[in-house]
Amino acid sequence: MEHEPAFFETSPTPGVVGKPLNRVDGRDKVMGKAKYSAEYPLPGLTYGVLKTSDIAKGRIQSINASAALKEPGVLAVFTHLNLPKPAKTPNDAEGKKAIGAPMGFLPLTSDAIHYAGQPVALVVADTFERATQAAALVRVSYAAEAPIAAYTDKRAQRFNPEKIQDGKADGYTRRGDAQAAMAAAPVQLTAVYTHAINHHNPMEPGATTAIWEAPDRLTVYESTQGVTRTQKSLSAYLGLPQDQVRVVTKYLGGGFGCKGSCWPHTVLTALAAKGVGRPVKLVLSRKQQFTSMGHREDQTQTLRLGATKEGKLLALIHEKTSTTSPWDNYAEANSKIINLLYDCPTFESHYELARANVMTSTFTRAPGEAPGSFAIECSMDDLAYQLGLDPIEIRLRNYAEKDPSTGQPWSSKSLRQCYARGAELFGWSKRNPKAGVTKNGRLLVGYGMATASYPVHNSQGTARVRLYADGHAVVQAGATDLGTGTYTVMTQVAADSLGLAPDKVRFELGDTKLPTAPNSGGSVAAGTVSSSVYMAAQDVWERLTKMAIKDPKSPLFKAKAEDVAMENGRLQLKKDASKGEDFKALMKRAGIDDIEGSGQGKYGSGYEAGQSAATAPDAHKDEAGKHSMHSFGAHFCEVQVDPDLGTVRVTRWVSVHGAGRILNAKTARSQIIGGSIFGIGAALMEATARDPHYARYTNADLGDYHIPVNADIPDMTVEFIDEHDPYINAMGVKGIGEISMVGVSAAVANAVFHATGKRVRDLPITPDKILGTKSV
Amino acid sequence: MTDDLTPATGNGLAASDDGRRTFIKQASGLLGLALAPPLVGQAERLTAMAKKVEGVSEMRLKVNGALRTIKAEPRVSLLDALREHLDLTGSKKGCDHGQCGACTVLVDGRRVNSCLTLAVMAQGKEIKTVEGLAKGEELHPLQQAFLDHDGFQCGYCTPGQLMSGVACLKEGHAKTDGDVREWMSGNLCRCGAYPNIVAAIREVEKSGFKG
Repeated sequence: MEHEPAFFETSPTPGVVGKPLNRVDGRDKVMGKAKYSAEYPLPGLTYGVLKTSDIAKGRIQSINASAALKEPGVLAVFTHLNLPKPAKTPNDAEGKKAIGAPMGFLPLTSDAIHYAGQPVALVVADTFERATQAAALVRVSYAAEAPIAAYTDKRAQRFNPEKIQDGKADGYTRRGDAQAAMAAAPVQLTAVYTHAINHHNPMEPGATTAIWEAPDRLTVYESTQGVTRTQKSLSAYLGLPQDQVRVVTKYLGGGFGCKGSCWPHTVLTALAAKGVGRPVKLVLSRKQQFTSMGHREDQTQTLRLGATKEGKLLALIHEKTSTTSPWDNYAEANSKIINLLYDCPTFESHYELARANVMTSTFTRAPGEAPGSFAIECSMDDLAYQLGLDPIEIRLRNYAEKDPSTGQPWSSKSLRQCYARGAELFGWSKRNPKAGVTKNGRLLVGYGMATASYPVHNSQGTARVRLYADGHAVVQAGATDLGTGTYTVMTQVAADSLGLAPDKVRFELGDTKLPTAPNSGGSVAAGTVSSSVYMAAQDVWERLTKMAIKDPKSPLFKAKAEDVAMENGRLQLKKDASKGEDFKALMKRAGIDDIEGSGQGKYGSGYEAGQSAATAPDAHKDEAGKHSMHSFGAHFCEVQVDPDLGTVRVTRWVSVHGAGRILNAKTARSQIIGGSIFGIGAALMEATARDPHYARYTNADLGDYHIPVNADIPDMTVEFIDEHDPYINAMGVKGIGEISMVGVSAAVANAVFHATGKRVRDLPITPDKILGTKSV
Repeated sequence: MTDDLTPATGNGLAASDDGRRTFIKQASGLLGLALAPPLVGQAERLTAMAKKVEGVSEMRLKVNGALRTIKAEPRVSLLDALREHLDLTGSKKGCDHGQCGACTVLVDGRRVNSCLTLAVMAQGKEIKTVEGLAKGEELHPLQQAFLDHDGFQCGYCTPGQLMSGVACLKEGHAKTDGDVREWMSGNLCRCGAYPNIVAAIREVEKSGFKG
């Protein structure tokens, strides 16, 4: 394997990568022309509406659909008794694995009820109103049993899982002897942190439009973060070859993790469409959204911290207890970030799960890192106050020069610069070190800060470039754009890689007919897809170079391929730029209208291993990367607290991140702002309440589940540290979708402590907790 | 705050115009009664005028200046009429409960949640949706400002934000950042583009554009 080129080595200067270009899909979005997944007007389209269970545990005794079926326009009422049978279900381990299902249970496959909101019938009619009305007329009688609502219920079965997060993380981790180090530590802190149930609530609810093009060929317009993952799941569910299932997602109305998997409503819609022999569109109601696509689980963390009197960490012991479903061992892996954020010689973590009558929780923006950082970053703040140190100083005293969890050096880390620049932008030096003394009139003012970190996961994908002799290009990858800017940044990368203006490039995504790209999740999309696009462009240049050096009419005739470089769409000798020609001239002479190239982009340790194997021939080829790869950042927050009402307002915000190459300064800033706002929601208002007796959500709508509104948010300042990371992928991009929210709730909680002298460790920080008498 | 934003039809039967009469003729008597104030005389008057309509009937909606005819049941919301009958999918359904604002359209110049408005009630009124903001290919100044300030990410709340923003400017509620934040708080944005939305609306306000 040859050493792959990297954008650092070949990028033309100055290009458009990094520039604050307006979104290329923005015009369609502001004109209302962007088509989301429930917006395809298909001939013969019918409407599916779910009927869901009111009880959380028990059995269906009978279903009477006769009244529903008498309604005009009703085509079918599907229940567990008559739904077309899927080829596989996730109800057994083998099926779950084959499907890649986020939950080990598919509704409408038996009479069992495991959670409130579980679908019990799917009604199809010729209009939405008729399907909705008919669903209300379906009579279901249940044999109800007493459900378990959460881990807080004493009857809940608790256990220590060997693996969590669907087998992806360990349920127990130990590094050194943390118990002994803790016992000997001069300073010991123990704190308990609780986190409410949070729901992603993208503005576009889950939506599926399923069309059987032939008895064995399905097209699905799906609101998903990954067309390929959905395609794979549906092909396993339905027993179809993967290429017989096409999944399309041209525009996605947000996701935040809940659209990262293929949930039951998607396959149920496909089966219903098969049953009625017509296309079916099903859009979850907002209430159903709360029980259909997962959530961030309710959880308690106990963090014990041992340190010297100078504030140097000696031991960290972390325990988490959370609620999971009857079938799956899902918990966000909170301890990962706690294990690596600071230089601490010993570490131990345990997870405990409790089974309850809820659906399986799922990844929610910065899964694990967001609630994990809440615990460690509040405890570090606590330690700073107890020792009389500045919160930044305590973090610098424990600065990790390498990854403590693996001992590996970082591929890059700019956290010191993030602290320094953030403090400067925020005016941290003006902070009174004493808590509860700064005032603005009758309001209490507090400053808080916290560290952010997010890993570079391993990922890979492919892209295709088609370059036309008239000077434009079409670039394709089956990626999705959640609103993060994929359309725009890939256009920029392609433009620079091809030496074209961005308006000469069209980037297409969101279709399984295109080259395979990873899910847009885990912050991998920008780094993986941009590297794929770049590599595909390199493939085009290689092909064109071969043409040129064989063409007697080319100035590059008989040149060596390795001596030729591309500069602004021109092939030329590296040593003599005057010797060369424009690709258009070369292609016209050869009589070809277009040329195609494809490329594979790798992200994370797989890229590093490939590169090192290429440069050192004796190195083991598939050896894991040698570096620990993470983004880092720092958030600074000012709050003003009303001492009489207990209300908290965020009044200033500064975020500084080091996240490798930033592909578009404008969309990147928006992502960081957006993630911070998402985190402010979790910190101050977001909580789904599950009734402890009935195990039903009592606030499953956007009037009662509060997300931040415009009036909750001040202007925000965002900066990035210029960071070059050669180890992570060909583009040097780390991804910023999740780090933007890590540490946010801690920064807010720390500011609340500085304002009030009260440590609230129970999210969200609502007025009752501020007005209560003691720290919670 | 609600009074000057709620279209007259939402207040019951105080006003009387052609649109209302058409509505009364089309909607069922029962629905008319439910909306009426508890005045026996008016209720009787309503019952006498009401014609019970079941099933599909013809409705005429004036959307973005063009008169369109659809066949739909009287229970169809304005939002579903736009999205499912007229293929005007710019207006979005985020909650169907008037809680998120993604469905905001202008009815006779006022912003309303089209998911809480029956299509029959909007007959005879000027309905403006996001598709009607631009003049051909020339963007409305607020559309351009949203592009320039990146006033969105996923774009799903954007049509509602734009229609609310246009109304906000016209209402004179965009004179300060604080005003914009307050008067735009009926439109949720989960991607968190709020600071950019404020910047976009303020820029248009400062340019002297009055809508």
